[in-house]
Amino acid sequence: MKSFNFHSIKSVKEAQKLASGKSVYLAGGMTTIPAMKHGLASYSDIIDIKNIKDLSGIKVSSKSIRIGAITKHAEVASSKEVRKSISSLALLADGIGDAQVRNRGTIGGSIANNDPTADYPSACLALNATIHTSNRKIHANKFFKDMFETALKKGELIETVEFQIPTKSSYEKFPSPASLYAMVGVYVAKYKSEVIVAVTGAQSVVYRCKEIENALNSNFSASAIDGVKIKSSGLNSDIHASSDYRAHLIKVLAKKAVTGCK
Amino acid sequence: MQRVSLVINGNKVSREIEDRTLLSSLLRDILSLTGTHVGCDTSQCGACVVLVDGKSVKSCTLFAADIDGSKIITIEGLANNGKLHPIQEALKKHHGLQCGFCTPGMVMSVVDLLKNKKNPSDQEIRDWLKGNICRCTGYQNIVAAVKEAASKM
Repeated sequence: MKSFNFHSIKSVKEAQKLASGKSVYLAGGMTTIPAMKHGLASYSDIIDIKNIKDLSGIKVSSKSIRIGAITKHAEVASSKEVRKSISSLALLADGIGDAQVRNRGTIGGSIANNDPTADYPSACLALNATIHTSNRKIHANKFFKDMFETALKKGELIETVEFQIPTKSSYEKFPSPASLYAMVGVYVAKYKSEVIVAVTGAQSVVYRCKEIENALNSNFSASAIDGVKIKSSGLNSDIHASSDYRAHLIKVLAKKAVTGCK
Repeated sequence: MQRVSLVINGNKVSREIEDRTLLSSLLRDILSLTGTHVGCDTSQCGACVVLVDGKSVKSCTLFAADIDGSKIITIEGLANNGKLHPIQEALKKHHGLQCGFCTPGMVMSVVDLLKNKKNPSDQEIRDWLKGNICRCTGYQNIVAAVKEAASKM
C-alpha cells in the first residue's frame, strides 16, 4: 500500500479544512482499505472522521429516524428504536457482510461508496431518505448517480441519514455465497400515499422498479406481482448470475418482501 | 509516522509506526504476535480476527493508527497459565480444526459471539461465522465445538 498521512480529527470543520483532491474521509474503512491494499485507490491523506461525536447516534421522532453517518451496522441492527420504528432497516443492517464488517462498517461509508450491490442504498430509496451533508440536504432520489458515484462534491461530508417511517416495509436479498453482497435485493415500503420498491444489485446503480410499484399501488399483495413483466435488458450479467436470472430474482424477492411486510 | 499506544493482552505497548501500518502487521511483523494469521488479506477469510475494545474485527482491514488507545485481545491472550480457553479446548476435542490456519480468527470470532449469546443455535453460529472461512473441516465440528464451549462458559 502506498504511504499517506493519517489524520484523526474531531470536527466537521477540521475535516473539510484538510480535504483535498487527493484525500479521502475514512469511516469504517471496509471498502476504502481493501481498495487501497489492492492498489485500486491511493490517497495522500486519510481523514479519519470516527471521532466526530456529532456524526454518531440514532434519533427517532414520530415520522422519521435519523442515523449519524459513522453509526456502525451492528449498532443499527441492535437498536431498539430502529427495531420498533422500522424493523426492516434493523434487519437489513444485521444482514450486511459478516459480523466483523458490521462491527466496523458505517451507514455513511456504505452510501458514500454506493456499491451497486450494497444494501443501504435500497433502504435510502425505499424509505424516502434525506441525506444531510455538511453543505446541504439531498433526497435519496438524487443522491445515487451511478456505479460508485454519488451527488457528493469534493470535501462534502455526510452527517446524518434521515429515513421516513413507513406503514410497513420489508427487505429481501439473495446474497452471493462468496462475497455476501446482494446479487439482487428488493426493499418494499408502503406509505399512506404510495408504495416504493427499490432494487439493488440488478443494475449499475440502485433504482425504483416502477412496474412492481404500479402493481402494488393498485393491489398490495404478492399475487399482484405475478403478472408483472421485468425486462432483462439493462440488468447486470456476470459470473454470478445472468440478466434473465436477475430479472427472475427481482419478482421472487419482491413477492417475498410483500409477504413479509410488517 | 504515528505514535500508537495500545493495551495488548493486558500489556501496555507503545510504538512509532508508519501511518499505513495495518493492525495485523503491527501484531505480526512488529510485535511478533504471529498467532493472528493473515489468510486472504482482502477481509474475506477471517483468519486475522482479533478483539478491539471487546468487539471482533478483521485486523488486516484496520489501520493501527485508527485505534490508538484501544484494548486488544489476540489469540495469545486467551489461554491462562497453559490452560486452554474453553473454546480452544472444545475445538481440540471435537476436531474442529485440521490445518489450523483459520482457527485463531475462528476462536476470536466465537469469543465475541458467546459474549452476546449464551446459547446460540446451530443457525446462529453459522450466521455469525460467515466471515470465518475454513477449507478443511466443512464446519460441522466447529459448530459442535462452539455449542459445547457455550454450555461450559
